[in-house]
Amino acid sequence: MHRHLKVVEDGEPFAFSEDNAAEVKRILAKYPPARKRSAVLPLLHLAQRQNGGWVSRQVIEHIAGMLDLPPIKVLEVATFYTMFNLKPIGRYHVQVCGTTPCWLRGSDEVFRACRDMGLEKGRTTDDGLFHLSEVECLGACVNAPVVQIDDDYYEDLDYERMKAILEAFRRGETPKPGPQVDRQFAAPEGGPTTLKEHVK
Amino acid sequence: MPKLTVNGKEVEVPAGATVLQACEAAGEEIPRFCYHERLSIAGNCRMCLVEMEKSPKPIASCAMPAADGMVIRTDTETVKKAREGVLEFLLINHPLDCPICDQGGECDLQDETMGYGRGASRYAENKRAVTEKYMGPLIKTVMTRCIHCTRCIRFLQDVAGVPELGAIYRGEKMQITSYLESALTSELQGNVIDLCPVGALTSAPYSFHGRPWELRKVETVDVMDALGSNIRVDARGMEVMRVLPRLHEDVNEEWISDKTRFAYDGLKERRLDRPWVRRNGRLEEASWEEAFEAIAEGLKGINGDEIAGVVGDLNELEGMYAFREWLKTLGCTRVEGRQDGTRLEPGVRAGYLMNSGIAGIERADALLLIGSDPRLEAPVFNARIARMVRNGCRVARIGGSSDLTYAVEELGDDAALLTVLLEGKHPFTKVLEKAEHPALILGQGALMRADGAAIWAAARALAEKLGMRVAEKAGGSEEDAGEPAWNGFNVLHTAAARVGALDLGLATEGGIAAILEDAREGRLKAVFLLGADEFDTSAFANVFTVYVGTHGDEGVRHADVILPAAAYTEKHGIYLNTEGRVQWAEPAVPPPGDAREDWTIFRALSDVVGRRLPFDDRAALLARLGEELPFIAEIDVKPDAEWGEFGRAGDIASGPIPTAVGRFHFTNPIARASRTMAECDAVCHGTSGEATGTNG
Ligand code: SF4
Ligand code: FES
Ligand code: FES
Repeated sequence: MHRHLKVVEDGEPFAFSEDNAAEVKRILAKYPPARKRSAVLPLLHLAQRQNGGWVSRQVIEHIAGMLDLPPIKVLEVATFYTMFNLKPIGRYHVQVCGTTPCWLRGSDEVFRACRDMGLEKGRTTDDGLFHLSEVECLGACVNAPVVQIDDDYYEDLDYERMKAILEAFRRGETPKPGPQVDRQFAAPEGGPTTLKEHVK
Repeated sequence: MPKLTVNGKEVEVPAGATVLQACEAAGEEIPRFCYHERLSIAGNCRMCLVEMEKSPKPIASCAMPAADGMVIRTDTETVKKAREGVLEFLLINHPLDCPICDQGGECDLQDETMGYGRGASRYAENKRAVTEKYMGPLIKTVMTRCIHCTRCIRFLQDVAGVPELGAIYRGEKMQITSYLESALTSELQGNVIDLCPVGALTSAPYSFHGRPWELRKVETVDVMDALGSNIRVDARGMEVMRVLPRLHEDVNEEWISDKTRFAYDGLKERRLDRPWVRRNGRLEEASWEEAFEAIAEGLKGINGDEIAGVVGDLNELEGMYAFREWLKTLGCTRVEGRQDGTRLEPGVRAGYLMNSGIAGIERADALLLIGSDPRLEAPVFNARIARMVRNGCRVARIGGSSDLTYAVEELGDDAALLTVLLEGKHPFTKVLEKAEHPALILGQGALMRADGAAIWAAARALAEKLGMRVAEKAGGSEEDAGEPAWNGFNVLHTAAARVGALDLGLATEGGIAAILEDAREGRLKAVFLLGADEFDTSAFANVFTVYVGTHGDEGVRHADVILPAAAYTEKHGIYLNTEGRVQWAEPAVPPPGDAREDWTIFRALSDVVGRRLPFDDRAALLARLGEELPFIAEIDVKPDAEWGEFGRAGDIASGPIPTAVGRFHFTNPIARASRTMAECDAVCHGTSGEATGTNG
């Protein structure tokens, strides 16, 4: 059943911070004044970032006001893209890729690690630290399985590594993003295997 | 003008036409769900697929511009299969609930399924289900039935100008809703019910009340405003079940306002269905004879010049004529037709008509509104102005500001601005001067002021000075027949009866204010109200008052005798709209109880009181009326009224302009008796206890 949409209210009214207000100006300058509604996507994105990772009713109405749009038009955009969260979300947004390459390379194990750490799909942990989502291909299949945590990718995961990452976050550390095995970016594990003479 | 071939037939269509329109021009019917002539093109349902030569796939004909040399086929096996495929997909998630669906019998999906359906479903999965969405008291939603054609969204955006509906989520999860399920605020929202090709949006007041095939359909005209929208009244037995729009390009296109569509339940409430006579201070039921006797009694010793008559806003020409003629037999010539106190006067018709015409006004490229709020006074007309604005017309207004759904340059709420404009000291004068077809719309609000006659004259002067009247430009050759004449002086009325009343000369010195004054001072001894309910009647407390009308409203408050009359859906009648267009109303149901058509009441009364009126049937009445007003024979034409002198020169005092329509849903006794209208008013003014979706 596709249910009513509940847009969550934020206690506070929303306004862009001083820094972001400057960014808003830059964004708006990209569009002719009569087409300023085109800025709805970048503004929502900016607002979500400022607002702790989610878009509240106040955010939607604020942006609608800025762009002279009826709020429904902003809501349409915010609901169209799954990257906008319409509910408060944990401190870290853990997005585990479950598409075929990652799945073949063990995303089920990654999910198991999450589960064992108390994360549940579509929910925020009680301590407010993590929110777990399953997402489609993150475009880093070479290093599958892949997890995106906020803006960073963690790659080449398995049960243990995923657990270690979550534990590190829980301790308040920020684990090093990127491949979690011995490789540079998408280069082969353990170093280059071809064209070695070109590597200085 | 592209030429193309449809099924081997060559057709030529105007540039900018679509393949679908070309197919129609060739006489082919193209099934469609999302396409609608009056809305922007969405091209999202794919039902209109046709084959085009050199295209590997069938094309959506509604979204494809017709081009020279196209070869289109609509009758091939591929086309049929493609449409069947589209329909099967649409039906995957559409519930099989036609037996309990109000759209049944008038559903586009049902009809197309007859043509392209498979007869049995191959789909074994669960169907999608969607919760209902609250949209206000008028629209009932069953969103599981929605096929996402987005007509409703596009109507509110393109025509109503209040983009309040949207589609949230996407793909299979897409849902149509207003922002957080708040009630829609458009005065035209009811039209989405007609537009919705399935039973997702249906009429809430009519829900589960009837099936289309049980209804008697009567084509008539509306009286809720002065546009004279063409409507179809659907009735069953003695009851009006619903009101729908009829197509009239020059009046309402195919839209009607929510008041027109939904006020009909007021026809069943608070109706006067028998005569009443006040005896010892209390109203008691009476027979017609007793009521007539009481009138004869009440008028004893009263001279004709101590009597006045007032006609209301919803009356047809015949009733008003008989009323005036009968009062004349009593020696009374004081009959007032402007119960809102406007200063219009009979005489030069061009002075109180919409001369450019409702459709004709679209030629205007600069428009000045003077004390008018077309959104509330004539919502369907307002949608036309909105379209003009989109096409580049500049609109400015003198008078109270309000949201008209389009950009208006609000010059200020001060009548004296008119003088400033006239003297050419205002920047907008330039705009009007430069415009090719400048126009103005004079609202009833401006004419209601004490200096209304001066405003009227000033508006006339403005029209003269700024070249709002252009005679027909003579053309040289036959093709170049020249431009038709242009008269941009327009009066927007709010009462359906008003133009007719002015044509009958129902205007008295001092107007309604003088009548009330005389009543208070005791100079007036008797007053006859013909459906007049729009002013405070307490002045008549000590005056012998007879009310002839439909509802127990303001007019009956101090009435000594009440005579029940027929409402607009219950009688034949001639109405002249704000352009002066003559239209005939037809009865859909009989009047309730003892109520009678207005003119027959005065005819019968004339046997007892006054002198017998010289007509025994409607034909005889119309013959006499036609002698007085020959133009009533020209049915459904916009008259070209002759220009002349009108208004009274004078000073225009600085000060605000009153509004003619305060509460849109309560402008007449029928609407005030309607529960639906009361609910709408409550939602509008935030006094409704109903959840609006935003408060939880
Ligand atoms: S509610 Fe009706 S008009 Fe609106 S998108 Fe759905 S099917 Fe179309
Ligand atoms: S499938 Fe996981 S990143 Fe592409
Ligand atoms: S009618 Fe052409 S796509 Fe819907």
